[in-house]
Formats: sequence, structure tokens, C-alpha cells
Amino acid sequence: MVSRYDVAAVKFETAMARLEAIVGELEKSDLPLDESLKIFEEGIRLSKSCLKILEEAEHKVEVLVQDKNGKKRIHAYSSDEESDEPSA
Amino acid sequence: MSQIRAVLFRSSANRLRFGLQEGLHVIVRGRLSVYEPRGEYQIVLDMIEPKGIGALQLAFEQLKERLAEEGLFDQDRKKAIPPFPRTIGVVTSLTGAAILDILAVLRRRWPIVHIVIAPVQVQGEGAGRQIAEALTALNGLGSVDIVIVGRGGGSLEDLWSFNEEIVIRAIAASHIPVVSAVGHEIDVTLADFVADLRAPTPSAAAEAVVPVLADIVERLSELRVRMEQVMLRHCASERRRVDAGLLGLKDVRFRLQEAAQQTDDLMDCLCKMTQRLLRVRREQVYEVQRNLSSLNPILVIKQGLVRIPHLSKRLEGRMCVTMEHHRHWVRATLAQLNSLSPLAVLGRGYSILQTVPAGQIVHRASDVETGQELEAQLVRGRLSCVVTRVLDDSPV
Repeated sequence: MVSRYDVAAVKFETAMARLEAIVGELEKSDLPLDESLKIFEEGIRLSKSCLKILEEAEHKVEVLVQDKNGKKRIHAYSSDEESDEPSA
Repeated sequence: MSQIRAVLFRSSANRLRFGLQEGLHVIVRGRLSVYEPRGEYQIVLDMIEPKGIGALQLAFEQLKERLAEEGLFDQDRKKAIPPFPRTIGVVTSLTGAAILDILAVLRRRWPIVHIVIAPVQVQGEGAGRQIAEALTALNGLGSVDIVIVGRGGGSLEDLWSFNEEIVIRAIAASHIPVVSAVGHEIDVTLADFVADLRAPTPSAAAEAVVPVLADIVERLSELRVRMEQVMLRHCASERRRVDAGLLGLKDVRFRLQEAAQQTDDLMDCLCKMTQRLLRVRREQVYEVQRNLSSLNPILVIKQGLVRIPHLSKRLEGRMCVTMEHHRHWVRATLAQLNSLSPLAVLGRGYSILQTVPAGQIVHRASDVETGQELEAQLVRGRLSCVVTRVLDDSPV
């Protein structure tokens, strides 16, 4: 069974894999120049968007809580929490 | 060997962690009583323990065997851990060192990850159920890429929740990859067997699920540099090829000019020769034309026409001569004829006697009879006669 990834996560993993593949292809150096230029451009685009993803992602910590009625709520985590109390 | 019946009421039996098997050696404690219907002594048990190994240990072995048989621990059930998770779920206690360790490691290595904690009790009554429910809840969010489930170190009793069947089944049922991080290196629970990855400690789990950001950034930079270098080299070598080509082209231009000049010369030559040939041929044509003209039938006819009068005259001339000859001959012959002509004879007084009507000429008197009618032809005129007498037939 395949887990349902966040779209950005799949994109990053795919992008990295494609980028590695492109560099490998370029270094084999048996492509004609216009082919090389095409995948070089793709590679540069990929590396830029990967960096962008890394730079723009936020660090967020949340707590999933089930309150008395059985409903699930998410609230932010603070490191000095000792017991889980849902916010009002 | 002495025997005594032991009784274990269902309520106590349900609390047992291990299964009772025939032949199992156990240590028991209970209160003696008498079963009146049989009049026997019996012990009513309130504690029962497997001899040799602990109850927990036995329960562990029994459950492990049963679940392994179902294939829950099979290697090919295990899912791959995605290398760059966006969201990580953590099932653990909010108190305790485990969560702090996990958060610290994640923040240090891959600070951009989104973390969702599903807080649970990690030991005691109901902990197993809470852990199972937390796993289900995280699966239900739909955005979680990896789940870490674990706790800090403790005794086998403390860690027991992570051996509970409900937890094992929840981990097996998770469609998100699960990393187990229970206790220390030496602690092994059934959760570790069923999880997609086992980490020896919570910190190790956090390290296992994310890369180091700095490493990835550097890798990206390195890849970019390598690409650029390759392209620079490639472009440089292509450039050299183009330059070499250009040099070749200049050479080609010079040779083209030479060839053009050569072509011009040859064209001139060709023109001159063609013209000469043309003249020769034209001469030949005129010659032939002339010959042909001289054979023109009109000329022949004209010549003929000129000759015809001459020939006519000659013909006439000859004809005259010939006619003269003929005339002459005719005259001569006529004269001859005349001389032989009976008319000439008649002119000398003779006559021709002929029978009537037959016209036969009478040669002898004996040919006729007296009284026969005859006709006498004289030189002039004719006489109709009758024979009066036939005289003697003697020659003259």
C-alpha cells in the first residue's frame, strides 16, 4: 500500500532524483549539444525549485488531541507543556 | 506425586497475560478450600506464574509466534521510508524525554519539517488502546508522511504496551510507514518486529527519518556546479569545433574562387568551340543545300522545256524525211500496182467476164453455158451479156 504523501514532499523527492539523473547523463558526455542544453536547463530549474522548497518550508509543531466529545483538534505545541490541554 | 485440583476463576484467568497451555509448569498461590460436592480439597488461585520464565516473557513468545504465523512481521510487508518527508507524526508521551529528544534531533537536522504529535500514555492500563487510536488518527489526517511511535527506556513491564496485540495490528494496518523507537538498544518489543523500520532509540528514529538539511543544500550546490562545469566544457569543445570549421570554410572560399575562375575559362573555351563547330556545320548545310538546289526538278523541267522545241523540230524534220520516203515508196508501189492492175489491161481493150450473180470470173469457155447471163467489166462501164454460142476451147 502506498501512503498518501503531501504533494510537495513527492515533488521534492522526485525533483532530487531527476536532478541526480540529469547530472549523471550530462557527465556521460555523449549527448549532442542541444540535448545537453535542454536537460541542463531542466536541471538548473530543478535545483532552484528544490532550494526554494527547502528555504520556504516552515517548522511547525502541533499536537493532535481528542477531547471529551471524541472530536479531534490540533493545537500548537509549546515545549513546557506537561499535559495536553486543548485550547479554548 | 501428589495432586490437588486448582481452580482459576474466569475473572482471574482474563487478567492473565500469558496463555495457559497443557504441560506448562507454573507457580501458583491461592487459598485452600473444600469442594463439598466431591469432598475434595482444592486451591482457588489468585496468582499464577509460569515457572522458569516470567509470565510476560511467555506471553511475549506466544503472541510473537501467533502474529508471525499471520505474516505480520514479513520483510516484504515493510514499506519504504520516504527520504524527504514534509510531515512527521509522533506517537508518544508529551511528558518524558522521548518527545524532547525527537523534536531536538528533527529541528537540528531537518528544521523545515512539520511535526504532528499524537500524545498517548506509553504504559499502564489503556495505553495500548490509546497508541492504536493515535496511529489511526494520524493515518486519517492524510498529510502525514512518516510516523514515529515510541518511548524512553524501562522494564519489560513498562514497555509492555508496545507488545499488545491491538498496537501491533494498528501498526500493521497503517498505510503510513511506521518507525518504532521503543526503549533502548537492547529492548525489543513486538512493535519493533511489525514496524517498517526499527530504531534503537527515539533519537535514532528521528535521525533515520530525515536527512541533514545542510547536506542536502550542499548536495544541490554540488550538483549545480557539476552541471555548469560539464556545460562549460561541452560548450568550449563545441566552440573549438566551430572555429576549426570556420578555418576550413576560409580555405573552402579560396578554392571556390579558383574553381569559379576555372569555370569561366572553360565556359569561354566552350563558347568558342561551339561557334566554330556551328560555322562548320553551317557550311556543310549550305553545301548540301546547293547540291540539293542543283538537283531541283524545276531546273530539269526548265531545261527540258528548252530542249523540247529543239527536239520537236528535229522530230518534225525526221518525220518529213520519213514521210517523203514513204510517199515515194507508195508512189512507186502504186505505179507498180498500176502496171499490174487489171484496169491497165482493160485499158488496152480487154474485159473481165463474170458470172451473174455469183461474180465468178470466167476463164474458159467451157465454164459457161449457152444462154447464161454474164457481166463484162470494161475499162469504162459494164455490159450485161448472154452467151449465144460456146466455141471451141483452144488456147491462144
